[in-house]
Amino acid sequence: MRRRNRWVRSLFWGGVLGVFALLGVVFSGVAVGAFEQRTFPVAQPVPFSHAFHAGGLGLSCRYCHTAAEHAAYAGLPPTETCMTCHTFVKPDSPNLALVRKSWETGEPIPWNRVINLPDFVYFHHGAHVAKGVGCAECHGRVDQMAVVYQPQAFTMKFCLSCHRNPEARLRPREQVFNMAYTPDPELGRKLKALHQVRSAEALTSCNTCHR
Amino acid sequence: MARREPHPDHDLIQGEWTEKALVEKLLEPVEKPAPRPWRVVVAVGAALTLAWLYGLFVTFVRGLGTWGINQPVAWGFDIVHFVWWIGIGHAGTLISAILVLMRQNWRDSLNRVTEAMTLFAVLAAATYPLIHMGRPQLFYWVMPYPTHMALWPQYKSPLSWDVLAIMTYLTISTLFLYLGLIPDLALLRERSRGWRRKLYGWLSLGWTGNAVHWQRYRAVYVLLAGLATPVVISVHSVVSMDFAYGLVPGWHLTVFPPFFAAGAIYSGFAMALTLIIPLRKWYRLEGVITERHLDWMAKVTLASGLGVAYIYLLEIFIAWYAGEPAEWAQQLWRMTGPYAPYYWAMMLINVVLLQTLWFPRFRKNLTWLFIFSILANVGMWLERFVIVIISLSHDFLPGNFQLYYPTWVDWTLFLGTIGFFLFGLSLFIRLFPPIAVAEMVHLFHRLRKH
Repeated sequence: MRRRNRWVRSLFWGGVLGVFALLGVVFSGVAVGAFEQRTFPVAQPVPFSHAFHAGGLGLSCRYCHTAAEHAAYAGLPPTETCMTCHTFVKPDSPNLALVRKSWETGEPIPWNRVINLPDFVYFHHGAHVAKGVGCAECHGRVDQMAVVYQPQAFTMKFCLSCHRNPEARLRPREQVFNMAYTPDPELGRKLKALHQVRSAEALTSCNTCHR
Repeated sequence: MARREPHPDHDLIQGEWTEKALVEKLLEPVEKPAPRPWRVVVAVGAALTLAWLYGLFVTFVRGLGTWGINQPVAWGFDIVHFVWWIGIGHAGTLISAILVLMRQNWRDSLNRVTEAMTLFAVLAAATYPLIHMGRPQLFYWVMPYPTHMALWPQYKSPLSWDVLAIMTYLTISTLFLYLGLIPDLALLRERSRGWRRKLYGWLSLGWTGNAVHWQRYRAVYVLLAGLATPVVISVHSVVSMDFAYGLVPGWHLTVFPPFFAAGAIYSGFAMALTLIIPLRKWYRLEGVITERHLDWMAKVTLASGLGVAYIYLLEIFIAWYAGEPAEWAQQLWRMTGPYAPYYWAMMLINVVLLQTLWFPRFRKNLTWLFIFSILANVGMWLERFVIVIISLSHDFLPGNFQLYYPTWVDWTLFLGTIGFFLFGLSLFIRLFPPIAVAEMVHLFHRLRKH
């Protein structure tokens, strides 16, 4: 009898504590972003290194991702962009075999996409660049990535945290492509007015992103 | 010594009983082999439940397009039956909770089976809000929980309130049913062997029936009754606001909350009569479910039915009095449009035939009471049909008028929930006593000894 009492008691308190523990895990896990998926570095068909091209050679982001300032989609560089240099620089490198093949056959290079938002999100690169959001705010220090990975979870919560409080992340337009810049909230407040960034209500309404 | 007056409710338990004989009689449905009709009901219930699962399968795989809903009439049988089942559940809580607060002795032999009726009716109802979603796999988005989307439900929508109302209702009615069962489970534990003894032993939570337990038990019971009463009234009011908050002519009426609550009690008592009359006959419970019980139930049915009938007439008056063309057009559409037979059948049952219950001759006639209880359920089904479907089929824009034709999936899902209801209820009364034994023994003592 006593043994069963202990059983029932531990079952009851175990159940109660279990429910509270579960709630605690869910709430704190969501609060710190533990359930958000970040991808690991994604292998690419051509071992392209941003750390070498952007960090080492000091190419501006826009040299390859030409549309980032104007279009919704920042764009991947076509094979032509690679071949402007690699016709002469390391023309025989085995790492570039696929690039040369693409150049000869006209088949595009099958890059693997790292950041893939669902199709019901309408993200516009140009709008963010124009308002002074630096590349590094979302993409991290790409100039230090040998293989690109996703530094942010790109959940809706991540987007909204900035849309509710943009001044903490804004920088002068000329610093957008400066990977090393650290935003200053004091300046950000002025930039918000200068760049005519809309109110948090407008920036967080559904049709801003989900059209 | 003066002659002792008999207790005013002395005829609620009829026949010569000893306590032991009464208990044995009440436990018969659980302890003796089931009568033949029980097997038929279980078999029919199980068959319809399988059909229901098939209907669900078709709905989930092929989508809501398999139903008859269309653009103006986007709420069809799903919502009609949701409201119908929720309404049926309400009599159980009324008998359990409101009549406890009013200290009505005649509830004691009715409360268990109607509480079980509530449980299965609410379970049947609760399936509809889940399956009538186009993407039922995302149903949990209606819950307020923290998420990586930083999104919460919209609490201006009565459909969000429905979630809370139904979940609360399901919880409180289950708790109420279970709390009432505990002394009976302990009794069954003492009287049974084998796996049943284990089952009842676990479920009865070590109830020994000592005085302290009983004192607390009664306190909790009355407390729960006091909590369940506002819940039961507000749940169906919330359901009514799904319509009353809309701007559709025929929906946007401020009388809807009490109207729906009255309708719920009416249809719930009708369903209780439909279930209790055969139960009483098949299990020979005439001594404890007396004609007086049925008479009282018929009177409550009449009282709540009159509330419903009053608002039918009020609706017509308001439609005329408001001077709002769309409102009046809706009323004429109900009376003379293609759905007029449904409207007039509803009026015939819920307004005209209801009046028979004024007369003791009809109330005492069990055949009529049984037939009327079924008719009243049909009538309340028609009422929801009138409100949901007829209103939607004829709103503001003539270009928007369209009729609704239910498909076989709609019908399968409806018959399936009836099957699920019967199946669950019949299994319930096989495992648990359909009459609250402890309550009846208490009543027996009150009536005979004091």
